[in-house]
Amino acid sequence: MLTAPSFMNAYDISAARGRCRRYRRRILDISQQVTALHIAPAFSCLEITDVIYHGMMRQYVDGSYRDVFIMSKGHGCMIQYVILEDKDILSSKDLDLYCKPGGRLGAHPDCETPGIVASTGSLGHGLGMAAGQAYAENLKGADTRIYCVLSDGEFQEGSTWEAMLMAANLRLDNLIAFMDYNDFNSLERISERQRAFYPLVPKAEAFGWESVEVDGHDEEAILQAVLGRYGGRPLLVVCRTVKGKGVSYMENVPIWHYRSPSKEEYHQGIKELSEGAA
Amino acid sequence: MRNRFADTFYEIGKVDPRLCIIVADISPAGSMAKFRGDFPRRFINTGVSEQIMIGMAAGMAQRGLRPFAYTIATFTLYRPFEMVRDDLCYQNLPVTIVGIGGGVTYSPLGATHYAQEDVSIACSIPNMSVIAPCDPSETEAATRWCAQQQIGPVYLRLGKAGEPIISNDAKTPWTFGELRVLREGSDVCILSYGPITKRAFEVSDRFADCGQSAAVVSVHTLKPLDKPAITDILARFAHVVVIEECAPNGSLSMRVKELAWESRAMCRLDTFTLRDEFIHCYGSHDDLLAKHGLSTATICDHLCIP
Repeated sequence: MLTAPSFMNAYDISAARGRCRRYRRRILDISQQVTALHIAPAFSCLEITDVIYHGMMRQYVDGSYRDVFIMSKGHGCMIQYVILEDKDILSSKDLDLYCKPGGRLGAHPDCETPGIVASTGSLGHGLGMAAGQAYAENLKGADTRIYCVLSDGEFQEGSTWEAMLMAANLRLDNLIAFMDYNDFNSLERISERQRAFYPLVPKAEAFGWESVEVDGHDEEAILQAVLGRYGGRPLLVVCRTVKGKGVSYMENVPIWHYRSPSKEEYHQGIKELSEGAA
Repeated sequence: MRNRFADTFYEIGKVDPRLCIIVADISPAGSMAKFRGDFPRRFINTGVSEQIMIGMAAGMAQRGLRPFAYTIATFTLYRPFEMVRDDLCYQNLPVTIVGIGGGVTYSPLGATHYAQEDVSIACSIPNMSVIAPCDPSETEAATRWCAQQQIGPVYLRLGKAGEPIISNDAKTPWTFGELRVLREGSDVCILSYGPITKRAFEVSDRFADCGQSAAVVSVHTLKPLDKPAITDILARFAHVVVIEECAPNGSLSMRVKELAWESRAMCRLDTFTLRDEFIHCYGSHDDLLAKHGLSTATICDHLCIP
């Protein structure tokens, strides 16, 4: 159990690991109800999102959140839905009706859904809104932190770099961004085709941010990256991840960006996730 | 218009701490400089970065502030279009986008600086309200409304500086979403909006010279459009004229024609818009309007006013 400073919650790593396996299984279950969903992009940011919700986002006694989470990579929203279900903000029925008639959950998050503060889906929008939110909270003198998860692909959008500049200019130290660095666009590996995309941490630092790179599936490393920051500036945690993490045939295979597994593939996935628990 | 906007914004901002202004590298003249001096943290300059101007405005509105995003009209809408559409309109946030130099106001600067389709584009996005005041007085009323409204995003389309006041004779106050009669008339009704409304007065004067009484109506709110009042005008007047500084596609002219068809109007209907062209002319605003066929003389020729 990691002890929590005032801006964090107590976070039990072994409980988190069990929870993350359960979240992956839940997403695989939902995959059997629809022909396609973004499994692999949700699996790559799954631990990041778990750490943010369970380790960092502070709640008031009435359960409402003091801190803010924005899933800028909207296609990663399955993990957000599953966590919101776990926290009773969304119902099981909501998730059962994912992308179905009468349901209210789509393949990208919608701000009219409980627990979702920003509608995303088009890439390169979340960090700008997060910067606006962080600035507004500073202006009000509120102790509110804005957590934002972005895909590495979003750092190919010019708008993300406009947001990087302004967040640094305004010294938004209540803005903490996480890059889901799974190295895949939907088409192919970024590192094979976009060499100038790297390095990442020095780029962020050159834009005035504090930045550190960690293993994005290591909950403790993610927490420590935030705990150990210097502060006074916005923080970007570059999280090395595996797209499709946890299910062998999905890992680093681009077609799983948006596809549902067959029945056999589903059972294999569930089996692997159960073995991982042993 | 921009000076009256700045004066009004300063007055409201003094008492409402939610008001903020985000500009993208445009000089804060007049009262805007005063606002920046008095409330430095509520004035944000993003530099030459319009996407973050809109993105931040969305985020600030999500946390309860009332941001105005302010720059040259083209750069408020065209460069950050997807931020306007997704961040502001899709999420229906109360942010006012202030476009300076609507239409072809910035005539010497070339088509990169002409917002000749701004009204059409802004009107096409769900949840967006669109206001184009005709003069500084309407600008003040519209700015006050924008600062208070809860409806959602607004595109407030202004000219630049030095526009004359032409709405003093209106008998009714400016009201969002309602046509406003600026000059009474009985034979012809001229619908217009924005600074080019002064052209409508010139045409009205020419009608008067030949014995016809021409009303001038400010269609300051382009969206939601006051359809019942326009339909009523199409029924009451024998001759309706639209004069606007906007590209034809998606213009007020098109929408008035649509209403005329739907209401089986029998009146004569003449419309004057910017042309669907990029015109390479770098003279005065009037020179460029003339190239678009929007000089008073050309309009009167088309209307067969001697």
